[in-house]
Amino acid sequence: MSAHPPPATPGIRRPAHPLPVRIMHWVGAAAVMCMMLSGWAIYNASPSLPFTFPRSLTLGGWLAGGIAWHISVMWVLFADGIAYLLYGAASGHFRRNLRPPGPRAVIRDLTATLTGRLGHRLGHYNAVQRLLYVGVIAAICLAVATGLAIWKPVQLGWLCGLFGGYPLARHIHLAAMIAIALFLVVHVTMVAIFPRTLVAMVAGIPAEPEENAR
Amino acid sequence: MTPLRLPRAKPAVTLDEIRPELARIGRRHALHRGLSLGGLALLTGCDLSTHSGVDAALWAMLRFDDWVQAALFSRTRLAQTYPASAVTRPFRFNAYYAEWQVRETPPGWQLAVGGRVADKTPWSVDRLRQLPQAAQVTRHICIEGWSQIGQWSGVPLHVFLRRVGADLRARYVSFACFDGYSTSIDMPSALHPQTILALDFVGRPLAPEWGAPVRLRIPTKLGFKSAKNLQAITVTDTYPGGYWENQGYDWFSGS
Ligand code: HEM
Repeated sequence: MSAHPPPATPGIRRPAHPLPVRIMHWVGAAAVMCMMLSGWAIYNASPSLPFTFPRSLTLGGWLAGGIAWHISVMWVLFADGIAYLLYGAASGHFRRNLRPPGPRAVIRDLTATLTGRLGHRLGHYNAVQRLLYVGVIAAICLAVATGLAIWKPVQLGWLCGLFGGYPLARHIHLAAMIAIALFLVVHVTMVAIFPRTLVAMVAGIPAEPEENAR
Repeated sequence: MTPLRLPRAKPAVTLDEIRPELARIGRRHALHRGLSLGGLALLTGCDLSTHSGVDAALWAMLRFDDWVQAALFSRTRLAQTYPASAVTRPFRFNAYYAEWQVRETPPGWQLAVGGRVADKTPWSVDRLRQLPQAAQVTRHICIEGWSQIGQWSGVPLHVFLRRVGADLRARYVSFACFDGYSTSIDMPSALHPQTILALDFVGRPLAPEWGAPVRLRIPTKLGFKSAKNLQAITVTDTYPGGYWENQGYDWFSGS
């Protein structure tokens, strides 16, 4: 990154993704992957749905290994998530870039995406992206909260009660995982279609001017 | 760590001589790691049973989580209780072996008491029944994720420990069972009001499959801590481990 002051002055372009977002994104992505794969090892011990995950796809191999990974990496996810939420709120990143879109904007951008007419400007999220990102952030928060509830159903009994008791909290935890997995499929597909965005999420590439002011 | 200053013969190989080879092996290792999907394939092999650094780190994190769980534990916070009508039927059998391998109580059985206790006289079921009794309908949560509600009654463990003159400042209470099982808990959890030496299950003396003649019932911990078919209770300061704990289930396993 250059030693320029923050690009408050017009003309000097801000990076498409600020450095803290890039770091926290990749730490978070690694942590979420580890949580998901170790969660599958735990799921296999007592599957709630009529299938299990192949052992080779899991992290930890068996129940104790999966739990060891899960309750180790949860601290990484926890720290990364708190840092990301604090940074996003304090820096204005959430307000500027991730404001939840209205339904009209979502429909407009979704049709544009599906008909291949939506340009992608580095550093600006369209309505569909914002919806997906806000959604996955919420899903991860839900996964963390229900995870705490089923980890400590007695000591955090109030939290477990909030999710309708232990068995229901456990099912919500699984549902949150499925939501995150579905997001990932869409997310990685989009990155594969627009590989430029991947470069920008790694290196400090300047943001592109917005196509049409909203 | 004592520095090795003894007069010694010069080693056959010095570090300097093999440094290039070491570097090459290290690079090859790193390359392998990089090729195997960012090391993921190597990581997925870490299941607490290998001697890798990752497994060592996982074991260290388990100890850290035990510490956090002990800090979260409250001596007074109670597990939720339910009406008797909520008891799960049929109640699921679970052990580290199949149900047909359940053992009957050995003839002449008595509960042994050992370690840091004043009175090591063994206990018969009849004598245990003469102590104050407590009943509970609580949720048994298995580490595997499933759960069920059961009804147990028996002697609160804190009553029993005080009765045998246990050193209540000792760190651990460990349980050995005549079916080969074992486990251990921390003293604060042992003294929790809902931790009982259960003699009855759903109003009847324990059947062998539910842990006859005496089992531990501790609703503030995961199910595997509620050891069945007890043979001996030991109060100790030496970490006792347990059947599952020694294989990697996290030791505290509090709920
Ligand atoms: C594993 C879980 C993952 C989660 C939860 C996740 C979540 C997110 C979120 C919330 C954002 C918006 C960040 C912000 O601006 O504050 C984002 C952006 C991005 N992510 Fe991920 N991500 C994950 C994995 C991945 C993976 C595996 C890749 C690469 C294949 C990737 C590539 C990107 C890219 C390139 C962007 C920027 C998109 C753009 O500029 O339009 N992410 N991700």
